[in-house]
Amino acid sequence: MPDANRPLSPHLQIYRWQITMILSIVHRTSGVALSVGLLLLVLWLITAATGPESYTRLRELLASPLGVVVLAGFIFALSFHLCNGIRHLFWDIGKGFEIPQYHASGWAVIIVSLLLTATVLAIGSGVLA
Amino acid sequence: MSRRTSLGAALGLGSAKEGASHWWAERISAVALIPLGLWLLFSMAILVGSNNADFLGAVDWIAVPFNAVMLILFIATVSYHSALGVQVVIEDYVQGSLKVVSLVLQKFAHVAAAAAGIFSVLKIALGS
Repeated sequence: MPDANRPLSPHLQIYRWQITMILSIVHRTSGVALSVGLLLLVLWLITAATGPESYTRLRELLASPLGVVVLAGFIFALSFHLCNGIRHLFWDIGKGFEIPQYHASGWAVIIVSLLLTATVLAIGSGVLA
Repeated sequence: MSRRTSLGAALGLGSAKEGASHWWAERISAVALIPLGLWLLFSMAILVGSNNADFLGAVDWIAVPFNAVMLILFIATVSYHSALGVQVVIEDYVQGSLKVVSLVLQKFAHVAAAAAGIFSVLKIALGS
């Protein structure tokens, strides 16, 4: 029986923060956030299938300032998780394992996911539609 | 060259051949979610940006056969992918009997969410 009080790995406090570990943590965090976002998408569909009253109530909630911030957060989470997921798929086929490539692909993921978020927000606010 | 002994093979010992199945399922669903996720992001943004996100606009949009099929594909695939991901997170951070309970509950929740989402799309698309 293992000692129940043994320390758990990793010891985050002894590492110097770097882009690689930040993106790894954000990938998992955004994934969990998107699991909650899935519930919101399902709720949206349920209200649309239920009727105008429940749909409009949810729509007004999402159109409030807090609602827009939450939606923007989900849009960024999806953009980031999608871009960084593609980065993971390249590792899975054995590509991009040099340290400079780690950093370059990491910065590319940050830039592309921010651009994707900005584009989707611009279309959603009617600027580009 | 296999290092397994003939006796081991005859007794059915060793790998159950499913060691990588979770990993594969996560990757395959991830590949499918690239086009599905981009479609959801942009089509929902266009729906909202063109001022068609009121009740009638949304119902009309969901009822378009292509959109209904894409929504069902997205919900099914993303629920599966999300269940696989949340499973790993629970396995990493939750211990003891709570781990088993939360692993079962998260799977139930994902199946329930997928069923409710897909049923709602079908109800709208098939009319009633």
